[in-house]
Amino acid sequence: MNEQTLTPVDTQPSRLGSWWARADIRLIALVLVLVGLCVVGYATRPDAFLTEGNISTVLRLAAAIGVVSVGMTFVISAGGIDLSVGSMVALCSVWMTTWAAQSYGVVVMVVCALLVGTGCGLVNGLLVAYGRVVPFIATLAMMASARGLAERISGRQTQVVDVPAFGAVFQADLLGVPVLIWIFAAVFAGGWTLLNRTTFGRRTLAVGGNAEAARLAGINVRRHTALVYALAGLCCGIAAIMVVARTTSGASTNGLFYELDAIAAVVIGGTLLAGGRGSMTGTVIGVLIFTTLSNVFTLNNLETDVQNIVKGAIIVLAVLLQARTRRRSSFS
Amino acid sequence: MSATPRRGFLVGTGAFGATALLTGCLANDPPQQQPAAVAAGGDNAAPGPQVTIGFSAPAADHGWMAAMTTNARAQAEGLPDVTFRATEGGTDVNQQIAQVETLINEQVDVLVILPADGKALTDVARRATEAGIPVVNVDRVFDSPDAYRVWIGGDNHGMGVNAADHIAAELRRRNIADPVIAEIAGTDSLPLTQERSAGFREGLARHGMRVSRRVAADFTAESGERQATNLLQAAAHLDAVWNHDDDQGIGVLAGIAAAGREDFFLVGGAGSRDMMDRIKAGDGVVQATVLYNPSMCSSAISLARLLAQARGMSDLAEHEVPRSITTYSAVVTRANVDQYLDVGFAS
Repeated sequence: MNEQTLTPVDTQPSRLGSWWARADIRLIALVLVLVGLCVVGYATRPDAFLTEGNISTVLRLAAAIGVVSVGMTFVISAGGIDLSVGSMVALCSVWMTTWAAQSYGVVVMVVCALLVGTGCGLVNGLLVAYGRVVPFIATLAMMASARGLAERISGRQTQVVDVPAFGAVFQADLLGVPVLIWIFAAVFAGGWTLLNRTTFGRRTLAVGGNAEAARLAGINVRRHTALVYALAGLCCGIAAIMVVARTTSGASTNGLFYELDAIAAVVIGGTLLAGGRGSMTGTVIGVLIFTTLSNVFTLNNLETDVQNIVKGAIIVLAVLLQARTRRRSSFS
Repeated sequence: MSATPRRGFLVGTGAFGATALLTGCLANDPPQQQPAAVAAGGDNAAPGPQVTIGFSAPAADHGWMAAMTTNARAQAEGLPDVTFRATEGGTDVNQQIAQVETLINEQVDVLVILPADGKALTDVARRATEAGIPVVNVDRVFDSPDAYRVWIGGDNHGMGVNAADHIAAELRRRNIADPVIAEIAGTDSLPLTQERSAGFREGLARHGMRVSRRVAADFTAESGERQATNLLQAAAHLDAVWNHDDDQGIGVLAGIAAAGREDFFLVGGAGSRDMMDRIKAGDGVVQATVLYNPSMCSSAISLARLLAQARGMSDLAEHEVPRSITTYSAVVTRANVDQYLDVGFAS
């Protein structure tokens, strides 16, 4: 897989050849973990694991958190962090399912989710870029207030969707594959292209790698930072639509701990937490690893607490593995 | 209600304007709660001396908890001799301790406390008791009996047992031998979930049955959907499912509908209006729900009033309000649902 990197470490020559070869090793390690999980899943439940229904289930469960993680990959690549993604998903889901929005139909619901998400993301971005608020704090504030607003709007009640057209669109299959999986694939493809094949992506990595250098190179760092957060917000809006389609309802409890799941997926995917290097493919494999893990555990009727222990172990393992490949390459 | 929270977000974001106009101003009209008023019998209904009831509960982060607060308020408003002093729910235990301290300082006549964590709030409740303010402990019980005058709460163990009894009877009625029974629990770390599960396990064991598959959700619709979806993948065939909580049940039902499964029947928990409506309609997998009803919070306010007025419960022979009251986890089915619709809460 072709991944963009701009850190000094990665541009040094090494025994392994050019930079993309090392990127491959990271991804191969992740794919091996995923394949290992699948082998365990198939070995323990040959009747259920590799069925079309189960694969579709895993992908549908991964879709919402996957879309959020795509947005998070941009933010972290640009040297930031977004703690508010879960709350933004909750707010978007509630906003699009309040009765007035529903009475205007499916288009207004979707537009609401996208606008509210982008708007919240933009507020994050403006605070970080122009208000000079540390990303951690700015998005922490959004995390609290967006969830609060979602509770306020919903009256802390689950807002059930009563628009048949909404279900007809977002719970449907297209060419035998659920629409949600198509959306997930489209967002991933879009995100990958944007990060790896466009000026926007190169600028994102440049800002994350060294903001001052990027500024001197003529990049409008502030505007770019604001846009990156807005993009993450947009992803939350899309994810909210998916969550509403899955649960048939909007609730202020939606998206709980999404920020942690997304950050975990992004970091084990090989994106540098310090910024400057981003791997969209790695992120999505990270999301799939966690979703498959939970699926394999449930298929085998195992407890959720053990699942969390294994999840933690995978995060540590993956990060250790990447640290090793990075050290090897920089010392050679 | 819609205009104020909107304002902060609109600053500097023109993009919001359109959406807000489309929905914000007109939206946000959540369905009305069905406050559960409890009729007082005998001369308990007669007005007594004016009393102030202090109320503290955790943040209402989902339907059941929201209904607890709404019910308390509705009950208090229906009593002309009660002044209701509620503190806004906090998200953590320290905040709730501070709230109770405030109510003690205000010298309310009686306190109704639904603790976020019974153990953590025991100390402040004891201080209230020592300050001469009787405490009505709702649902999650304090660590020490010194800390409260009355406890009223639900029967988690009994909820599991009654769910098991109903499921066993229904399976026998359907002549299903060797049934596959699944359980979708709530947050596993909470004692209440563990008690419900233990009751369910023991109840089934008495009928020679057992739980074949068990997953744990987090009392949210989203987690319910996720766990149900994986569960349905894991089991190609199920005969019965007990879902601990009707709030997460919205998600569970979405997962079942998405999987297109109808090979089993579902029993809910808590008693939401939505589930009761489905039971009444009788055309889906939902067959029953086991009560753990927020009407207990309405009763707590009535008890607090009687305590503060130094009255007993007129239907009982006792001169005083009893020390503890456990509500009954009745099984609501199509046959008796009409009787319970009035306590069904909006999830």
